[in-house]
Amino acid sequence: MSDMKLVTLRKMKAGQSGKIIEIHGGQGLVNRLDALGIRTGGTIKKLSSMVMRGPVTVQCGRTCVAIGCGMADKIIVELDSNKDENPPDGQS
Amino acid sequence: MKILLMGNPNVGKSVIFSRLTGVQVISANYPGTTVGYTRGTMKLGDAEVEVIDVPGTYSLEPTSEAEEIARKMLQTGDVIINIVDATNLERNLNLTLQLLEQDKPVLIALNMWDDVTHKGIQIDLKKLEKLLGVPIVPTVATSGQGIKELVESIPLARAVKLPPKTRAERWTDIGAIVNQVQKVTHRHHTLLERLEDASVKPLSGVIIASIVLLGAFALVRLIGEGLITYVFDPFFNNLWAPVIHWLSNALGGKGILHMILVGQVNSGVIDFETSMGLLTTALYIEFAIVLPYILAFYLMLGVLEDTGYLPRLAILLDTFMHRVGLHGYAIIPSLLGLGCNVPAVLATRILESKRERFIAATLISIAVPCAALQAMIIGLVGERGAQYVALVYGTLFTVWIVIGFILNRLLKGASPELLIEIPPYRLPQWRATFQKLWMRALGFLKEALPIVMAAILVVNLLFSLGVFTHIANFAAPVITGLMGLPKEAVIAIVLGFLRKDVAMGMLAPLALNSAQLVIASVLLAMTFPCIATFVVLTRELGMANMLKATVIMIASALFMGGVLNLILQAA
Repeated sequence: MSDMKLVTLRKMKAGQSGKIIEIHGGQGLVNRLDALGIRTGGTIKKLSSMVMRGPVTVQCGRTCVAIGCGMADKIIVELDSNKDENPPDGQS
Repeated sequence: MKILLMGNPNVGKSVIFSRLTGVQVISANYPGTTVGYTRGTMKLGDAEVEVIDVPGTYSLEPTSEAEEIARKMLQTGDVIINIVDATNLERNLNLTLQLLEQDKPVLIALNMWDDVTHKGIQIDLKKLEKLLGVPIVPTVATSGQGIKELVESIPLARAVKLPPKTRAERWTDIGAIVNQVQKVTHRHHTLLERLEDASVKPLSGVIIASIVLLGAFALVRLIGEGLITYVFDPFFNNLWAPVIHWLSNALGGKGILHMILVGQVNSGVIDFETSMGLLTTALYIEFAIVLPYILAFYLMLGVLEDTGYLPRLAILLDTFMHRVGLHGYAIIPSLLGLGCNVPAVLATRILESKRERFIAATLISIAVPCAALQAMIIGLVGERGAQYVALVYGTLFTVWIVIGFILNRLLKGASPELLIEIPPYRLPQWRATFQKLWMRALGFLKEALPIVMAAILVVNLLFSLGVFTHIANFAAPVITGLMGLPKEAVIAIVLGFLRKDVAMGMLAPLALNSAQLVIASVLLAMTFPCIATFVVLTRELGMANMLKATVIMIASALFMGGVLNLILQAA
């Protein structure tokens, strides 16, 4: 599990989670994301994304946030390796 | 003494404010419900103190106009009650730590305390209090639990004046605090949470949105028509009509007073819709046609607001809204506009850029008809058949898209991207929902009724002085030539500046054909917004932008009137 998998938030698949490595944006964007709890070093889980370059929804801590896909392109995430966290209840 | 209620958006500041002051304010389950600030007073011991409901902010580094207001207000406060969402401690503490860095006494209301256990969270209150150094009171604002304790704790508020930190340092501190005081146990997903996921996935989201919107529309119609048929119409026909007949006889059936109060009587029959008296048409329009739809609309809007569905609708519509120069969140002011354009224009403050606010406010004032006007359109045009009502709505919707599309092309800049918090779904608290409905309905009557009365009075006086004949003749080339309407219709359009519903009522006695009625409805919706909207447009956008919006409005109204006339009446 040595190879780090870096993807943008937009390229992540729904259901995947990881750690934010970098936010390629101006101070304004970094500030706004930070205020919502989305920050370098924080964990993030992608919930869904809309078709046709629509917004991406993520969960960060206990906060759900919708992020425009241009912004999602600027957020670089290192995917949790081998993410098959067995579902706590028997369903799938 | 001045107490400020501060906290993240959508943590219940406005509900706590109502509990503290008894002042009713509109609250809803989405970030940004409060865009201005509300003042109230409460008793603290023997003293009367001022309480201010500050718009929500995530951080003291402002990113929107509402947050800018919050930051400025902070300096004016003597005590700060920081409202914290107990179910989302980590993110909320970011603002809390920033507030503790200020030299102001702070105390914390840990709100939504009842939800904590449902969500499998345990919080060690004593330890949190010790770590932060200020009093903490758990509260459930919606039920009033903890409010008394909160008031008693106000004198205990302390200024701890933490040393200023960088953002990264703050998050490290928060992480340490949360680790020590909070335990989360896993539990199964609830039905509401499954719905939360489903409503932001592309396919299921669209299905849910269609069901919600069609359902809301059908219910508004059902409730509105139900109220008219079973409550308001019977009241007017069975109880009010005899009173008016008695009055008409008492006044001798003619004279200036009779004309003003009762209006036209045709062979002993008083038609409430067309007689144009203060006690007949004015009251009938407001109570029997408009009010039922106001009640129905605001009930549905209240439910949609309180469940937390609207931000999810914003996500679904985001891509589409970008085509008209907006982003998804602009759907919230636009929906509010279907009730009344005034709060809708105010609500555009939740949008980030000036460009976006201009586009949203212009589109609302031109192409989003308020509930009062819609009720009249449904009443008057609906008599001619549903297809004509659909034609009016279809035209307005097309206008909305086309003007938005053009403005997006013409105005410099691009529409900013969506970045919003999505609140959890909550079941509406019926008491609160009905209280909000009551406030809005009462607010409507208070604002509308005097203007409606004045408008009808002015119409009667001007008619008897013959002024309208001059106006009508003057405007005849445009009204008749371009729009194919009888020249008397111009009076309705001029009157629309005061109130749209009365203006629409003025069309009733003109015996228009269906096509003319459609044209006149579209014109009324698109031309001058009523005077109240005008005032708020000027205040929110500035004089220059308001004039720009007005030019767009007049040009597009003339154009659409002409086009509709060509299509509908040319044959």
